Amino acid sequence: MTVSPPASGPDVVVKPRASRARLWTRSAAAWLLALTILAAVFAPLLAPADPGQLTLDQLQPPGADHLLGTDALGRDVLSRLLFALRTDLMLMVFAAGLPMLIGTLIGAVAAYYGGVLDAALRWVADIFQALPVYVLLIALVFVLGPGTSSLLVAFSVLGWVVYARLIRTEVRRVREQEYVSAGYLLGLSRTAVLFKHVLPNSLRQSFVYLATDMGMALQGIAVLSFFGLGVKAGTPELGAMVSEAQLYLRSHWWLAAFPGVTIVILGSSVAALGDRLSGRGEVGR
Amino acid sequence: MTSHPLLEVDGLRVAIRRQDTAPTVLDGVSFAVGASQCLGIVGESGCGKSLTLRAVMGLLPPGIERTGGRIRLSLQPGAAPSDVQADQVAGRGLAMVFQDSHASLDPTMRVGTFIAETVRRRGGTSRSDARRRAVELLASVGVPDPKLRFNAYPHELSGGMRQRVAIALALATDPRVLLCDEPTTALDVTLQAQILRLLDTARAERGLGMVFVSHDIAVIRQIADVVAVMYAGQIIEIGPVSDVLDRPRHPYARALIDAVPSLDGPVGPFRSVPGSPPAPIDYGSACRFLDRCGHRDTACEGVVNGIDGRGAGHRSACVHSGTLASGLEAT
Repeated sequence: MTVSPPASGPDVVVKPRASRARLWTRSAAAWLLALTILAAVFAPLLAPADPGQLTLDQLQPPGADHLLGTDALGRDVLSRLLFALRTDLMLMVFAAGLPMLIGTLIGAVAAYYGGVLDAALRWVADIFQALPVYVLLIALVFVLGPGTSSLLVAFSVLGWVVYARLIRTEVRRVREQEYVSAGYLLGLSRTAVLFKHVLPNSLRQSFVYLATDMGMALQGIAVLSFFGLGVKAGTPELGAMVSEAQLYLRSHWWLAAFPGVTIVILGSSVAALGDRLSGRGEVGR
Repeated sequence: MTSHPLLEVDGLRVAIRRQDTAPTVLDGVSFAVGASQCLGIVGESGCGKSLTLRAVMGLLPPGIERTGGRIRLSLQPGAAPSDVQADQVAGRGLAMVFQDSHASLDPTMRVGTFIAETVRRRGGTSRSDARRRAVELLASVGVPDPKLRFNAYPHELSGGMRQRVAIALALATDPRVLLCDEPTTALDVTLQAQILRLLDTARAERGLGMVFVSHDIAVIRQIADVVAVMYAGQIIEIGPVSDVLDRPRHPYARALIDAVPSLDGPVGPFRSVPGSPPAPIDYGSACRFLDRCGHRDTACEGVVNGIDGRGAGHRSACVHSGTLASGLEAT
């Protein structure tokens, strides 16, 4: 075997970078997510029919009239899918965003002021850590009754703890920084320093987790809706669509396939982007 | 010195809070600073220089607390200094410049916004006026293109530029006394000189009182009028800069100044002070330099207090300073 000379020259820049496959996945994920968001935003314009409109063209296969076919009630699957994106993306943002807001506030205040508040938070967080989240989620939604608001309440009640823990560690680190002391010296009150200097410098990890959490929230919403515990019956929602399609799984594949594939793609896109935010596996970032 | 000092520290005592004991780390530190006057504080690491500043600002680290002493600040021009609480001085009369501007500026805030908000907090300034004032302040501390730098984040600036911004920020509160905790230590020598000139100008223009902590005797010589030498939590010598630095009376002060290598002096081995300072737990009533001192005798084992830095003139805490002074001057 001959030893080839190392590739060199002014145009060869050796720089460590993420693998080609990972880069490709990321840009694909970003494009897919952007496309999904656009589709959801412009759903009323893009949808060929009213998503709730019942017709007599029941269980039509995908074709020229109905690009993705129709369901058992004669509703256009494509239209329902587009409006389902709206429901799911919106729920995803709130089901992850509300816990973040609540958890961050509680955790930051507890960590910053310390004392009894902080001890109580640690105690509560340890208890929550030991609980099976999915079982509680289902139980909670069952008790509260199906519907978007009870979904969001359930996610908030169970989800805030992780954010509180995350921000607690960061705030305890940041509050010892010199610029925090400098903030007091410039005449800011303790609370003002918390919101002006401590929080902005503590949020990075929380946002990374938010991205991952949104993926999990999306799946959680779909799963709950699949069990009939999510959105109200009739609302276009991906999990509910898959659930309704169960009866026709063998004879009318398109009813379950399109929403199902959409859940998978959306979930993986969000997860891939969350992965990027956390900078995991990245070389020489 | 004018009739009233701007800042007066009287018998400041600071202790580490432990379960059984409370070792005193600052033991009766007293000094006063007048308008346009700069008090330098020198001493080796751990002697309590920075802690003194932090205690004055009310910024003691957790577990360390003030156990005694009074801090008086003249809040109005011409007024006699009055007692102040720690939470009153912040942003009103006292400001501080830290050693490491990288750590003391919030990395998530644009420097101009930061300064403008600080100006606005003093009240009575509209948003646009505060902005204009911030640009003026940036220009006055020698930041080139202040309008452009207004929107910069701290990491986009060089170390010297950041320290200028930190000074502008301290000046934005319109302080009467500026506390400087080794503000030039992290900078290279040319920048050091620029920053010192800048501080000196600010002092002259605004009639600022200044307390300047440094372990760099050359820096102190350049900027301070009066210098206090600290050892083991006490002021052991104080006086006009040239007197103290050229004719030190306390054996420790002398050893400290002799330890600085000189360019034009005779070439020889580095001189250092043998041993290390006592731990705060071992501080007694005797002279704390006793074990390392070449002039010790039984008189040193009596009660030796730090000196009250508020008076005028060149004074030393050493019991032998009278007899030693002449001998020390000769060398």
